[in-house]
Amino acid sequence: MTLAKRIIPCLDVAGGRVVKGVNFKDLVDAGDPVELAKKYNLEGADELTFLDISASIEERATTLEIVRKTAEQVFIPLTVGGGIRSAENVNELLRAGADKVSINTAAISRPDLINEISDRFGNQVLVLSVDARRADTKSGFEVTTHGGRNSSGLDALAWIEEGILRGVGEILLNSMDADGTKSGFDIEMLKAVRKISSVPVIASGGAGKISDFAQAIEAGADAVLAASVFHFGEFTIADVKKDLAKHGFPIRA
Amino acid sequence: MIAILDYGSGNLRSAERAFQIAAEKVVVTQDPKVCREARALVVPGVGAFAACMDQLLSVGGAEIIAERVALARPIFGICVGMQIFFDSSSEKIQKTGLGILPGNISEITAPILPHMGWNTVSPAEDSKLFSGVENESFYFVHSYAAKDPVKSAANTISNYGEDFLAAVEKDFIVATQFHPEKSGAAGAKLISNWVESL
Repeated sequence: MTLAKRIIPCLDVAGGRVVKGVNFKDLVDAGDPVELAKKYNLEGADELTFLDISASIEERATTLEIVRKTAEQVFIPLTVGGGIRSAENVNELLRAGADKVSINTAAISRPDLINEISDRFGNQVLVLSVDARRADTKSGFEVTTHGGRNSSGLDALAWIEEGILRGVGEILLNSMDADGTKSGFDIEMLKAVRKISSVPVIASGGAGKISDFAQAIEAGADAVLAASVFHFGEFTIADVKKDLAKHGFPIRA
Repeated sequence: MIAILDYGSGNLRSAERAFQIAAEKVVVTQDPKVCREARALVVPGVGAFAACMDQLLSVGGAEIIAERVALARPIFGICVGMQIFFDSSSEKIQKTGLGILPGNISEITAPILPHMGWNTVSPAEDSKLFSGVENESFYFVHSYAAKDPVKSAANTISNYGEDFLAAVEKDFIVATQFHPEKSGAAGAKLISNWVESL
């Protein structure tokens, strides 16, 4: 009996549609979220992540409806991130069918939000999404906001330790240095975070080829998240799993 | 009719949809009468043990379950909904459970918690729930578990750092630590096995 390493496709959702683009620029329509969720489910996705990048409140209501429709048809765990500001936002998402939520900017501006969510719903529902890059901080990594454009002034490892103490159940580690490069996950950062994290770590940013995934897991990732390589059909989740199995890592067949 | 007890805990919508695939009529309710009279009752549960117990007590859930137990009518606990069937839990504070299954719920000994993701199980030989379900994985998300097999029951074991109960079937009581409603086709098969056994 072994816990499988998870492969998680990430769907960026705006105004009820999945969009794809590079660094939030040049967004193009990539289809219906429920249909894509079904497709990834069939291909063996172990979880799904919806990232709500909607700009308006009306669009956010649409996202809630998508979560509802997806949860009705796809029976694997669903994480929703983007725009969560309160425990009540979390309640709405969980009621709609989300299993977990991920928070980022709102937790940086008000860390107590972590305690509020975790105390009410348990730490297993809460993923701390950390957009980190190399910088002149104690650990050598800092937390950024706004997709890597701004520095938060927080040391990445110190922030992750604080998040775990406050009650997050998982870390989604996005490397801003690796993001969009397609040159592989940020192995150095992953190893540094794995060393200090007592909760599961999801690696994100930099996936370009199939063999990148095994390297991230070798470095200590419990799960790997990717978007564009799956959306653009460069390879499938099944291809990735086959490669992981070849390297001797446990996967869900 | 299958009733899913709504006491403010658990992913009710997913549970409702997953059970609807196997059963003709499923309702999510906290109406005590409906919960008592339903052919079977599903008790979901997400979050901390003490919070779930308090919420359950606040809607009269303990009485509903006690009454069903007294009449030997089917109940199915999921995740923390399984844990509250036991005597007690030491999550955060020592807290009394419903005591319809013997034993304490304690923290899993493993370097990384929660135990989150898909894990395989070793089904009890006499399990009805896992009939026709072999070498499948189920979705777990928890840090605490029942460790000691329940006497005169079908005990299905999983392992993460140490062995723990992934599922238990004792007479009319069925409980799973994992989420069958989130475990894809394998979970659906399990749910339909249970519904067919009713």
